[in-house]
Amino acid sequence: MRAIDLEKTPLRELNENLHQLKDGTNETEWEVLNPRGQHAIAVGVDAPVTVTIRGPVGYYCAGMNKQATVVVHGSSGPGTAENMMSGKVIVKGDASQYAGATGRGGLLLIEGNASSRCGISMKGIDIVVKGNIGHMSAFMAQTGNLVVLGDAGDALGDSIYEAKLFVRGSVKSLGADCIEKEMRPEHHDQLSALLKKAGVNGVKTSEFKRYGSARKLYNFNIDNADAY
Amino acid sequence: MSYQNPPTTPRKSSTFDDYTLSEIRRAAQTGIYDIRGGGAKRKLPHFDDLLFLGASMSRYPLEGYREKCSTAVTLGTRYAKKPIELKIPITIAGMSFGALSGNAKEALGRGATLAGTSTTTGDGGMTPEERGHSQMLVYQYLPSRYGMNPDDLRRADAIEVVVGQGAKPGGGGMLLGQKISDRVAEMRTLPKGIDQRSSCRHPDWTGPDDLEIKILELREITDWEKPIYIKVGGARPYYDVALAVKAGADVVVVDGMQGGTAATQEVFIEHVGQPTLACIRPAVQALQDLGMHRKVQLIVSGGIRNGADCAKALALGADAVAIGTAALVALGDNDPALEKDYGKLHTTAGAYDDWHEGRDPAGITTQDPDLAKRLDPVRAGRRLANYLKVMTLELQTIARAAGHNHVHNLEPEDLCAITLEAAAMARVPLAGTGWIPGQDKL
Repeated sequence: MRAIDLEKTPLRELNENLHQLKDGTNETEWEVLNPRGQHAIAVGVDAPVTVTIRGPVGYYCAGMNKQATVVVHGSSGPGTAENMMSGKVIVKGDASQYAGATGRGGLLLIEGNASSRCGISMKGIDIVVKGNIGHMSAFMAQTGNLVVLGDAGDALGDSIYEAKLFVRGSVKSLGADCIEKEMRPEHHDQLSALLKKAGVNGVKTSEFKRYGSARKLYNFNIDNADAY
Repeated sequence: MSYQNPPTTPRKSSTFDDYTLSEIRRAAQTGIYDIRGGGAKRKLPHFDDLLFLGASMSRYPLEGYREKCSTAVTLGTRYAKKPIELKIPITIAGMSFGALSGNAKEALGRGATLAGTSTTTGDGGMTPEERGHSQMLVYQYLPSRYGMNPDDLRRADAIEVVVGQGAKPGGGGMLLGQKISDRVAEMRTLPKGIDQRSSCRHPDWTGPDDLEIKILELREITDWEKPIYIKVGGARPYYDVALAVKAGADVVVVDGMQGGTAATQEVFIEHVGQPTLACIRPAVQALQDLGMHRKVQLIVSGGIRNGADCAKALALGADAVAIGTAALVALGDNDPALEKDYGKLHTTAGAYDDWHEGRDPAGITTQDPDLAKRLDPVRAGRRLANYLKVMTLELQTIARAAGHNHVHNLEPEDLCAITLEAAAMARVPLAGTGWIPGQDKL
């Protein structure tokens, strides 16, 4: 394992080293010490490696990640794993706002709570939050899955497109054009696979409700103007 | 003999003119605001209201075609390891695949490359046509993040973080269902045929403090190679430019209200934002106050039509200009040769602006494969290159006449204004006087 102490090594050096890794590299295990809330740690990585970060991180940790597994042993700042393409990002603590924003693939697992706008504009990512999520989560969510084991805040799924939202707890309110939908067998199967992928055990899919788009705002209609 | 009152001539209202009346009827009939492409059409103070003084007794001119007048510009010298080197200070503004056909994007790339300048993606991601035919390509980073990915980010020559645009400062993009073809839908991860409205704010940052961190992330992902532009609409240019510099921009793009859009509400285009002419001096002032003029480069766009407009923008302190609408016209947009086709769309050449409907007879603002085929990207690219070269010659002609061996040596002292409004906005004297309205000194 290669360890980089951010107290002694500049962030630039860490990211540069990670960017030089290619498929098939032998340096597959990386440890980052003393992150102390620094921003943009392990961004733009594109190799099948594991980066373990020992402590809290600032904005955009693991942004645009491809292939890598990034584990944050602490809480993470805004925009964690934004625009992730593939791979896995695990936050052991809480995640601030915009977690998984515009993410296109891979899995973001937040073991604590996620703040507002979790999964905003998501485009294919799977997000699993073991705790609660804040207001305006999954705003304009295009596709992908958001699974919440706790509660959701106000205006969940506002102006949502085709993303699927599964919430186990309460939903304070739904946003424009977001409705509760029937959990058909295929949705139970899909949710079961997502929980398995995230390593969540002892939870039944029947405990969840599914939410998604009513598709009433897809094309402009003056009689829907009150929704805007 | 009976007396008859003489009839009065029917008089139409200036307030309720024909256009206004037609718009009221249209709104009542359809129940939707008018959406169109292009920029502000109203009469605005513009570059035509400025004149160059030319050399005379106090300055001597340079010999046309013999004494060199350089036009090269380098963008992104502040932080980027690989700044962009352009042969001419005229770039192609961001326009999306989706709004434009693949052939049109290819033509823009071909034309810009022939002329030695850059072109720019738009709200729809980077297409192979565009990357393949653009020697220098600026990749826009937009609120929607359609098509955004780290590979294209690294393939780009520069990154432009779009905060706003002149046609709609504070507004997001629009692409109506007619243009969401299979390919566009796939690139934008959207259902086919929906009326797409892009968000007006970025999903993962708000304000210049956050933007500074976002730019750090983009620089880290691209190993500090790419120049990072910040594009703002002409809203509060002094403060917007100052904050863009603070956020870490290498280049700031200021787009006035004559700058075009693919599709936006008419009310937005005509009533929000400031004229391009009014934006330049506050933007330059902000750079000068921060000691960053010429260190952070300024690109001005919005209604640039010819070499004279370019020269005037540079004289007021810009490092380069960007063209969008004019580039489309060079490709063949609104060509009178297509008048019959425009007539079928209830419009006329020169006025066609329903770009959002995707029925462009010129094959430019469409996703209809049959219409798109009408545009030959090689020929259209050559037309754009010709036009850019003419603009450059015009620019050099003026710069030489003012005695400058580089177009960046043009300065406000080379100009006067022929209207009070232009004199105040451009901060140059009213012609025949030493008076700059709003300035203390006579």
